[in-house]
Amino acid sequence: MRRTKAVLRDVIGAGAICGIGELQAIRDPGEKTGMGLMVDATKLALADANLEISDIDGLLVHSPDDFLNLLYFPAYFAEYLELDVRYADQVDLAGAAAAGMVWRAMAAISAGQCRNVLCVAGTVRDRYGYYHRADQPHPAKSEFQDPFGPMAVNTEYALMAMRHMHEYGTTSEQLAKIAADQRRSGALNPESLYPNQTVTVEEVLESRLICDPLRLLEIVRPTSGAAAFVIRAADQVADSGNDPVWLRGASERHDGYISLGRANFIETGIRKTGPEAVEMAGIRHEDIDLVSVYDSYTITTLLTIEEAGFCPTGQGGPFVAERDLSYAGDFPVNSHGGQLCVGQAGMAGGMSHVTEAVRQLRGEGGSRQVAGCDLAFVHGNGGVFTDHVSIVLGKER
Amino acid sequence: MTSYAKPLPEPSPLTEPFWQAARDRKLVVQWCEQCDEWMFYPREVCPACLEGPPEWRQVSGRGEVFSYTVVRQPMTAGFEADAPYVYAMIELEEGVRLISNVVDTDVEAVEIGMPVAVTFVEATAEITLPLFKPSPSAR
Repeated sequence: MRRTKAVLRDVIGAGAICGIGELQAIRDPGEKTGMGLMVDATKLALADANLEISDIDGLLVHSPDDFLNLLYFPAYFAEYLELDVRYADQVDLAGAAAAGMVWRAMAAISAGQCRNVLCVAGTVRDRYGYYHRADQPHPAKSEFQDPFGPMAVNTEYALMAMRHMHEYGTTSEQLAKIAADQRRSGALNPESLYPNQTVTVEEVLESRLICDPLRLLEIVRPTSGAAAFVIRAADQVADSGNDPVWLRGASERHDGYISLGRANFIETGIRKTGPEAVEMAGIRHEDIDLVSVYDSYTITTLLTIEEAGFCPTGQGGPFVAERDLSYAGDFPVNSHGGQLCVGQAGMAGGMSHVTEAVRQLRGEGGSRQVAGCDLAFVHGNGGVFTDHVSIVLGKER
Repeated sequence: MTSYAKPLPEPSPLTEPFWQAARDRKLVVQWCEQCDEWMFYPREVCPACLEGPPEWRQVSGRGEVFSYTVVRQPMTAGFEADAPYVYAMIELEEGVRLISNVVDTDVEAVEIGMPVAVTFVEATAEITLPLFKPSPSAR
């Protein structure tokens, strides 16, 4: 009897990532809307892939904040650019959307439904809030969470960090090191909000305590921006004129939507998606050259590394403390500095971990190039450890 | 009484029993007889057997702090004057968890595992909120 893993294994090589486009974090988008920013990123990705907009026959999007409640957003985007698409979807997985788009595009190409899939997300930063617009109550959150003063998702991640510290003895110093190491890589990234600026562990620990145990320098900054990538069918990738990046493994799970609905608390679906993606790729964890994982907070990075199987359960703290996580270190994590450096442009938040892996695998990392980067583990995290997509990207098919 | 500035729940037909009970200073949670399972947040059906609606049962009101954070930079409108305040996940004796605040204590004294008991605070004439305070009695 065929198992799900085997079926996905059959389709992941249907295409390759042939073009990426990313806007630098934008503090003031001026008159541009989220659509405008998404189009700008799309143009960059198309040029990189050597494609015209009319070549796109598959579309995976997430709506920007200024169009968050628009129904039929994929159709609106397609109509806006006069696309002729045979597959279109909103990938509503928040920070896991980008990684989720990768395997979905492969599946659509494998099914013969399309050959050139555009994956794009972005936003004009908006204060509508999380999980729902201010003018539209959420059936559970509005009644059983909001009256008690949550702070966006800061409080929810803080609850997980406090529990992890309680169960495993994880320390603030260990969490702070993640921020400090990522800033060393981010200092070399012109797209960083803090170019040429590093921070020490002490400076992270001295930054303002927002909600225990999270400090200001451990928390991503929301920005405006957008990013896109294009996946082409395998027999067309040479036409793009660059090094294709292949999907070698993929896995997906979904956990509690909001903290009060979580049955598992610091045990997450990543405990499945990490090992499954690595196994599908036919490799071991030690073969991974770059870990490019969603980092809304330092705890997000730490728990993802641990849950994905790079170290034993509960050992994430000592693991990150004992390694150099910078691009030049023995365990490179988020060589672009992560979101902690480049900011989070709404639901494009998970895009940078995909685009950075593509850059590094192509050897286009510039001064922050990870040496010998052949395989990257990319993870997208949506909500509060809610949506999980782990993928392995590689230079070889 | 000054007008209440914090977010207020808007009960639905599904959740009205919870808020009615809170006005009567009782904490109730849904329970499925067929599965002998508690559930929270409220649902129209038991997630295990998909039958419903589950009945509302009173719980003891006792529990412990499963996790918490101290909010020092408030973002939610109306909470500015409260900072620092404790936002917590409480695990009730019955095993179900819910979100609330821990009050009547120095925020620095709160810790995971601290025994707590429900305390009801009237926000408006319609809404009474179940909060939690340290409880000296063991579970």
